[in-house]
Amino acid sequence: MASPFMFFLLATVAVAAGLGMLIARSPVSSALWLVLNLFCIAGLYLTLNASFIGAIQILVYAGAIMVLFLFVIMLLNLSALPQLEDVNWGAVGGFILGMVVLSQLLYVVALEFDLGVEPVSAEAAAQVGAAATLGEMLFTKYALHVEVAGILLLAATVGAVMLAQRRFE
Amino acid sequence: MEVAVNWYLALSAVLFTIGTLGVLLRRNAIVILMSVELMLNAVNLTLVTFSQSMGDPAGQMLVFFSIAVAAAEAAVGLAIVIAIFRSEVTVDVSEITLFKH
Repeated sequence: MASPFMFFLLATVAVAAGLGMLIARSPVSSALWLVLNLFCIAGLYLTLNASFIGAIQILVYAGAIMVLFLFVIMLLNLSALPQLEDVNWGAVGGFILGMVVLSQLLYVVALEFDLGVEPVSAEAAAQVGAAATLGEMLFTKYALHVEVAGILLLAATVGAVMLAQRRFE
Repeated sequence: MEVAVNWYLALSAVLFTIGTLGVLLRRNAIVILMSVELMLNAVNLTLVTFSQSMGDPAGQMLVFFSIAVAAAEAAVGLAIVIAIFRSEVTVDVSEITLFKH
């Protein structure tokens, strides 16, 4: 794992970008804040020596998925829609629920549970997270899973085209 | 000096909560979908942290397939949003009441 400075820098920016996505008025701003957040998470993967997942995160999430979101936002021309973000009791209840979830999660983290294994060294972790190790596993032990994921993506593509073409009248 | 695993888990919890709040508070369907993506990312961060800490690559395989499923989910979700927008001309989830009548 990397130096504390890099971790806390990336973590602060990631949380700030997440909050920016939460409170941004326009959907385009929300999407751009989320892109910043995804880049920070990719950097955090790199501090964990998970180089393959970090690269996949930037390629697939920050690249493909967020471009899809921005494309749909611009297709629908959402900036012309009225803003309906007034504070109501439903929002207050949602905020309280969110804080309950956060306190539960942080409580479990603060319990300092014992994993039963010692953290491996940075060199071993870098070897585990390398593209060579994961690629070899992908095409040997997980070959069937890769095929199923491919069929899933094909089905999602065909389904998305069918859904977007259909007219609900 | 190393960063403890617990710091990554706490960051993941905070990001997951921000995603939860986005789903609960926002009414724009596309922003809700983006919040779901943020929650998926928080869970992926936890998986990669444990995987790297324990030296077991299986966790990162799960993250790989989770990202593939997230891509499929985003494509289908956005297609549904487009289909609803065509008939209702809104993406406000409090105004979309297709099952009401």
